[in-house]
Amino acid sequence: MRELLIDARLIAIKDLRIEARSRVLLNQVAPFALLVLVLFGFALDADQRTLRSFAPGLFWVAVLLAALLAVQRSTSLERADDAQTGLRLSGMAPSSVFLGKAAAVFLQLAVLEVLLTIGIVVLYGSQVDDPVLLILTAATAAVAVAATGTLYGALASGLGARETLLPILLLPVLAPVLIGATRSFDDALGTAAVDGWAWLGLLAVFGLVATALGALAHGAMIEN
Amino acid sequence: MVELRGAVALLGNFPALAGIDLSIDATEIVLIQGPNGAGKTTLLQLCAGLLRPAGGDVVVLGHDLARERRAVRRQVALLGHSTCLYGDLTAAENITFWAKAAGLTGTDVHSRFASAAELMGLDQRLLARTVNVLSAGQRRRTSIAALAVRRPELWLLDEPHAGLDQAGRDAVDSIITDAVGAGATVLVSSHELDRVRSLSPRVVTIAAGMVVADSVHNSHTTRGSGEPGGAPNA
Amino acid sequence: MADGRTSTGSSGSRLLGVITLVGLASLLLFAFVLTEPDVRLHPTTGEKFGQFDAVRLIYLHVPMAVLTYAAFLTCAASSAFYLVRRGAWWDVTAHASAEVGTVFCGLVLVTGSIWGRPVWNTWWEWGDVRLMTTLVLFLLFTGYLALRRTAADPQRQARRAAAVALIAVLDIPLINRSVEWWENRTLHQQSTLAELKIEDLTLFTLMLGFLVFGLVFAWLMLHRFRVGWLEQAQARHDVTLAIAERQAEMETLDVGAAIGESGGEK
Repeated sequence: MRELLIDARLIAIKDLRIEARSRVLLNQVAPFALLVLVLFGFALDADQRTLRSFAPGLFWVAVLLAALLAVQRSTSLERADDAQTGLRLSGMAPSSVFLGKAAAVFLQLAVLEVLLTIGIVVLYGSQVDDPVLLILTAATAAVAVAATGTLYGALASGLGARETLLPILLLPVLAPVLIGATRSFDDALGTAAVDGWAWLGLLAVFGLVATALGALAHGAMIEN
Repeated sequence: MVELRGAVALLGNFPALAGIDLSIDATEIVLIQGPNGAGKTTLLQLCAGLLRPAGGDVVVLGHDLARERRAVRRQVALLGHSTCLYGDLTAAENITFWAKAAGLTGTDVHSRFASAAELMGLDQRLLARTVNVLSAGQRRRTSIAALAVRRPELWLLDEPHAGLDQAGRDAVDSIITDAVGAGATVLVSSHELDRVRSLSPRVVTIAAGMVVADSVHNSHTTRGSGEPGGAPNA
Repeated sequence: MADGRTSTGSSGSRLLGVITLVGLASLLLFAFVLTEPDVRLHPTTGEKFGQFDAVRLIYLHVPMAVLTYAAFLTCAASSAFYLVRRGAWWDVTAHASAEVGTVFCGLVLVTGSIWGRPVWNTWWEWGDVRLMTTLVLFLLFTGYLALRRTAADPQRQARRAAAVALIAVLDIPLINRSVEWWENRTLHQQSTLAELKIEDLTLFTLMLGFLVFGLVFAWLMLHRFRVGWLEQAQARHDVTLAIAERQAEMETLDVGAAIGESGGEK
């Protein structure tokens, strides 16, 4: 167990260090996510009240689209110089690789969520009624998306046409996360009278199951 | 050390190895030659536990690879066609990462790092550069140094001299002789045998996924192998 | 062909096909001609109300919906068996049931939409639990079939497909639960059979619908399974041939010439 976490930390630090050097997330994915918010503004209405009432849903659609890119970036790191084969040859437990990569994606998503929250406050005029619920929802949903995304990223990697395959595989599975996180944000941002904490529970269950499943199944995904 | 009996390996539905018999003892250096598409790379990948044997027996370092493939990987180093390096990390970070990934502790890595880097001719300036700006030859040296830090029991080198200058090739040769001196076993594949001939008298020739000749250079004897074809004609 | 078979038909499947066709014809007769439309009289005003002819869609829609779930459960169970036992049989069954299930699922969505238009006055109702769950299910298995069409190592693909199918089925309760909480309303009759005055003939026709669509399902599965099985047999046959070819290739190969000089070692 200790070795599992030490190895996972090694992988996570490696991925984050690469991001710190290459700044792909910060220079490409984050601006893309903000651009999505702006596009929603153009497409829906210039009226800030409309946008504010839709803000939770638009926020999470932007997160999911950006998460697709983050996951693809995460898997392409291992594909570029066939490092994935190096990882297999290192004899490291596949669960460690999964946990490390998912943790790195989680941290990157967390940064994106902070930027997007600022985005909806500034652009859509959203007001945070319940910051605790907001932060917990963002964190829990990020765990769910990072774990599921990493699992499906590994699954689609190594099959042909993976860039186009990942969205159709991943997004339907994440439907409950989108619904749950949106409703919870409805509560936290005061756009609808719902019980956000109940939804947080559903997100937590999803996140736990996805993490456990990913850690168990990753070996079967990367071996051939 | 390495025992293959009728080993078959499939790439998709293509039998890259169509029944290989090969036996290698500890501290032996074996050169593998053969034309393109003969199955040299696949043979090394099979021995490294990367591929599942589709038939026959494959036993490497006492592990039956039909049942356990992950166990053997920590004891084996495979130098393949890719260098398996992260372009945004420095050469030193890459070497450290791969050593730790193979289960080495920080102190082990620290004590072995310098000698491996020196052996492959990697100076401090070069080690501090990100791999993206290194030349192909420098990447290859970095990759070999990362494997050398692990001190594997079995080296599987696929065209180790490719893309290296004379100094690099000499460095690879000294890695091989050092490894054997320390009790390791080495398989080297090459389609340019002249370059590696000096390393070992034992040459295994494979073609179309089978062993066609297994000969010891100096003693003029042909070992094992009831395969058809015999030694290639002079 | 490896085992001499060149078609997916057999005398058994042809007989099944004929029975299915006869069944479909009689189902149409019962569903659209012999059964009564749903017309009820309002107890006080005496006005006519009900679903009228639209109710006849129940004989198609409900059996197909049940079979969709049966097909996807079959797919998930076969996938689980495949991951444990590694038998090609399970893999082919999983693929076949996913494909047939997706066709049924699409038909359920279409017939449901057509039924919803006159009865609920809308083609689509966001927030209806069963509608949304079925739609997401359809999308999940569309992804599954897309994965099945990638050009990858067959075993690798089979294992990944099995994982996708299992996750899809595990996801269903969560989707269902989240949609239920989402809007907490459904237009679906809680018990259609209780609300509509089910007479003997109506009930009989509905049962006939289950039977006939069960036959359609079985017939499709049989053929789809055989196609998959023949593909697998062909692949195995190809490997055997290829190994023999490689061995023959070696005997005719001039190794010395192929590797340049190097023959000098003799």
